Amino acid sequence: MSATTGEQAGAGLLDAAGRAELERTWAARPGLWGWLTSTDHKSVATRYVATAFLFFLLGGLEAMVMRVQLARPENGLVDPDRYAQLFTMHGTTMMFLFGVPVQLAVATYLVPLMVGTRNVAFPRLNAFGFWTYLIGGLLLYGGFVLNTGPDAGWFSYVPLSGPQYSPGKRVDVWAQTVTFTEIAALVAAVEMIVTILKQRAPGMSLNRMPLYVWAVLVTSFVVLFAMPSVALASMMLAFDRLVGTHFFNPAEGGDPLLWQHLFWFFGHPEVYIMFIPATGFVSEIIPVFARRKMFGHTALVLSLVATGFLAFGLWVHHMFTTGLPQLGQSFFTAASMMIAIPNGVQIFCWIATLWAGRPRFATPLLFVLGFVFLFVLGGITGVMVASIPFDQQAHDTHFIVAHLHYVQLGGFVFPLFGAFYFWFPKVTGRMLSETLGRWNFWLFFAGVNVTFFPLHFLGLMGMTRRVYTYHPETGWGALNLLATVGAFMIAASVLVFLANVFRSLRSGAVAGDDPWGAHTLEWETPSPPPPYNFLHIPIVQGLYALWERTADRPVVTGMITHRREILLTTVLDAEPDVRYQHPGPSIAPLLAALAVGVTFIGGIFTTWAFVVGPVLLFPALMLWMWKQSPPAEPLTESEQPA
Amino acid sequence: MIKRTLARSHLRTLALAVLLTACEREQRGYRDIPPGATAFPAVQTSELQAGPKSTDPSAGAYQENRWAVSEGQTFYAQYNCGGCHAPGGGGGMGPPLNDDEWIYGSDPENVFATIVEGRPNGMPSFRGKIDNGQLWQLVAYVRTMSGLTPPDVWPARSDHMQESRPATDALPQRQLP
Amino acid sequence: MHPLRALGRASVPAAAMLVVGGCGQAMSAVNPAGPQAERISDLTWYLTITGSAVFLVVLGFLAYAVRRGRRRTESAEGPEADRAMARWVGGAVGVTTLILLTTLVYNFATGRALADFADPDALTIRVTGHQWWWDVQYVDRAPSRRLTTANEIHVPVGRRIRLEVQSRDVIHSFWAPNLHGKVDVIPGYGGSTAFRADRPGVYHGRCAEFCGLQHARMDFLVIAEPEEQFAAWFEAQLKSSAPPGDAVQQKGQQVFLSKGCPLCHAVRGTQANSRVGPDLTHLASRRTIAAGTLPNTRGHLGGWVLDPQKIKPGAKMPPNPLAADELHALLGYLQSLK
Repeated sequence: MSATTGEQAGAGLLDAAGRAELERTWAARPGLWGWLTSTDHKSVATRYVATAFLFFLLGGLEAMVMRVQLARPENGLVDPDRYAQLFTMHGTTMMFLFGVPVQLAVATYLVPLMVGTRNVAFPRLNAFGFWTYLIGGLLLYGGFVLNTGPDAGWFSYVPLSGPQYSPGKRVDVWAQTVTFTEIAALVAAVEMIVTILKQRAPGMSLNRMPLYVWAVLVTSFVVLFAMPSVALASMMLAFDRLVGTHFFNPAEGGDPLLWQHLFWFFGHPEVYIMFIPATGFVSEIIPVFARRKMFGHTALVLSLVATGFLAFGLWVHHMFTTGLPQLGQSFFTAASMMIAIPNGVQIFCWIATLWAGRPRFATPLLFVLGFVFLFVLGGITGVMVASIPFDQQAHDTHFIVAHLHYVQLGGFVFPLFGAFYFWFPKVTGRMLSETLGRWNFWLFFAGVNVTFFPLHFLGLMGMTRRVYTYHPETGWGALNLLATVGAFMIAASVLVFLANVFRSLRSGAVAGDDPWGAHTLEWETPSPPPPYNFLHIPIVQGLYALWERTADRPVVTGMITHRREILLTTVLDAEPDVRYQHPGPSIAPLLAALAVGVTFIGGIFTTWAFVVGPVLLFPALMLWMWKQSPPAEPLTESEQPA
Repeated sequence: MIKRTLARSHLRTLALAVLLTACEREQRGYRDIPPGATAFPAVQTSELQAGPKSTDPSAGAYQENRWAVSEGQTFYAQYNCGGCHAPGGGGGMGPPLNDDEWIYGSDPENVFATIVEGRPNGMPSFRGKIDNGQLWQLVAYVRTMSGLTPPDVWPARSDHMQESRPATDALPQRQLP
Repeated sequence: MHPLRALGRASVPAAAMLVVGGCGQAMSAVNPAGPQAERISDLTWYLTITGSAVFLVVLGFLAYAVRRGRRRTESAEGPEADRAMARWVGGAVGVTTLILLTTLVYNFATGRALADFADPDALTIRVTGHQWWWDVQYVDRAPSRRLTTANEIHVPVGRRIRLEVQSRDVIHSFWAPNLHGKVDVIPGYGGSTAFRADRPGVYHGRCAEFCGLQHARMDFLVIAEPEEQFAAWFEAQLKSSAPPGDAVQQKGQQVFLSKGCPLCHAVRGTQANSRVGPDLTHLASRRTIAAGTLPNTRGHLGGWVLDPQKIKPGAKMPPNPLAADELHALLGYLQSLK
């Protein structure tokens, strides 16, 4: 194996037969069986994103029903029980089934392409992660349809969600959905960390790694440390409800605040899990559409890392009204304000790049500009509620609802839509319509403001959260009606987006490899990329791989094509290290996910599930690991780079 | 072809069964039982007695409803049934409710009649004092205390100080004959 | 002054308020009626104005940057451009940090002032949150001077109030925005806060932590009145219920005692003594019923007694089917409980 430049073409580059063999080795099996057994990260990721987007639509429908209910005082559209289920499902869907999964799924698609490798580090585990997530989502919605949907809020405070005040299986369904989604998130995080650290293309040292990849790396570490907290909390809740423990029973020495601490220790980093990759999107879109390298690359990387660390020091700001000691709470006020500094650095660097470049308005850039507007607004209300005295008025009111939707919709969904418009050509080979894109953007932007800006005032006027109705005398009717109008605008914009997608899939303009003139490695592949991603693994010559690519840019040659071979490189400098072989497609991840599903879903109803489930899991794991690929071959003397 | 149709119909039946059972257990009805304490016809309290077994459709109500049993548990505490029967149903001034010895019968209608009519030797009559809907929920809970309802509607532990073991552990205590 | 006369005096402005403004002034965190809410309101204005200014400046920079960039023929590259941008970005970060630090200091100062509100002379009121109503107890050394009422809290203007909160079941949150920020009511914890009303009025409050089906209908009133009015009200409330005045009220009391009402409610002066539901000894003196859900009028009271589930589905009070004459008598009795 060696690095071969174009000049030496013929001496090492794959010929037609080699190409055909590469395709054969990496292709998925045909038909439904191929779809079920696929371990191609792109195939798994596209269905992951599509599923997450479907949950986004369902969560949006729940929001629409709630907004219609609240449009008028004493509206009788839904009863309080159904309303409680609606807001719980909306929050749980958006946070657990859409927010985190879509970010990790997009990362699963993009990162191997961006770092110049053929697949994620553990392809079968990746598939397992998706199936587990799907089962969790089906559990939640299956429960909802069967009148067993959770109704205690998406963060399920005890004792309301405990065994006495939430009888039945509703909250158990919630707790187990969290378990499934958290397993899937941990799987994706592990994949990303190992892929990024060990599978980068030769020459892509850490200082030549794209900003989006940095964002995903930081996010994955945040996932790794945050998810166990909610896993523990949901397990303790399940035990309290099903087994009779007293973790949260104050009468027997338990503590309702323990739940809040454990949940928010996860819950706050969770919003950063959604936000940090979004900043990665922005950092990729801006240089392309400003047609200039990003200003302040190092500052941006350090900001990402700082945000990841600081995210763990904020959680008590969700508990400012619980009566914790002032001195301790003040620390969290300071930390919550401090995190605005790295965020500010990012925003200022982005603005500087736009200033120094030559911006062209395409839909991705529009969404980025909208993001800056909405996220800065949301960030400022965030600094407001970081203040304990103000939060004592604003907490649990619609002021918070306004704040969280500005930072979530503005800070995470807008960059996500920008990313959709940016990478859709790469994924599908077709361009999305610019005209429909602009309609999408403006309807969405206006809709978000019309819906959520009035809620700031409603909150300060006393409208608390999670109320299914209100008196006419409160005077809240007009602003609520306005917010509902805005909700319909958002719905319209999503419909425009869907129309755009379906139209483009059928008859959109053909995209080609690099319609935007971008600089990261994925734009070197055909659109859509073949299963093996790169015919030859590229060798990276600079931070802006495609912009700094020389005419005689070398590629890696000599890798075998009859097995799924991956090149592992060193962590810091990405020097070739090990030739590693991946296992092929398998049904085992699906079977293992089903076994895990049986274990945890059955566990809601009977403890026997914890026997039956592992018994089913065992053969699935055996099948998974049985056909091991031959051990990795270290580079021989002659193959070491010069 | 036939196998597939058969399989599909089995699946449908299974789905329907799941749908129905799940729905019932989690149903929350706030005004299901029409209000009004009805005068109850005399129903037999045991096989040894002559008399009809009630065919009142509301009798079965709530026996398999988790929420109703939980509400019944709340009322048991609120209306101080535990004052005579002990908080866990172990009995004190009044007979135990968590064993399988039923002086006046253990069918839902029997327990309902006991609470509505009162019984000799100390059980007061609650006719007109407790709403019918709440009464049936109480009935469901009382029968749960001795394990006469399906296990998946039994309440889990309550958020108060525990007497001895969690409610899910409370299997009916067998009395010596 | 004779207590009844004082009560009569008090009821005139009360009735006027009912007629004029429904149930008092609108809730607002920026319309403070006391020093605590005022400090928070001042902070709110500072945060809003500063925040809006920062927002506009950042947006201004963004708009300028995009316009400037659009007018370029080639990008600004090179070390000079980088240095200029570094200065601006650095400066912006510096200004951001300064603003944040100032805000932080102001926050801490306000928080300190809010916490520093203890007073040995304070009137202590203990509020217990239930699903879905508020039990209110005026604490006193002497048991005979402890008043228990529900959902309506009277306080004297100008006196510091120490509010102790506890929960009977799940987490609630006590919030009267015109007076102070909210305090969570957590089972197993004894929360407390302090406030003072500096002008008379009827201030709305509500529960601010999702606590189940009827979280939306768990309001309360804080009525601030001058010291003498408050004292008169307090003395009147301490008394047991008046005996029934006429035959209808007598029949009403009989209906009350023989139906299920005493199982949950207490009326001091009768055998009804249950703490499960709100205390009704002076029900007729309150402005609202069902935790702020309905105005306290005969029609609403009748509707509530007959079928609470229609108004507040899931509430713990069951329907009470009564014959027309029984209802008439009962309402007569209940409305006599001033």
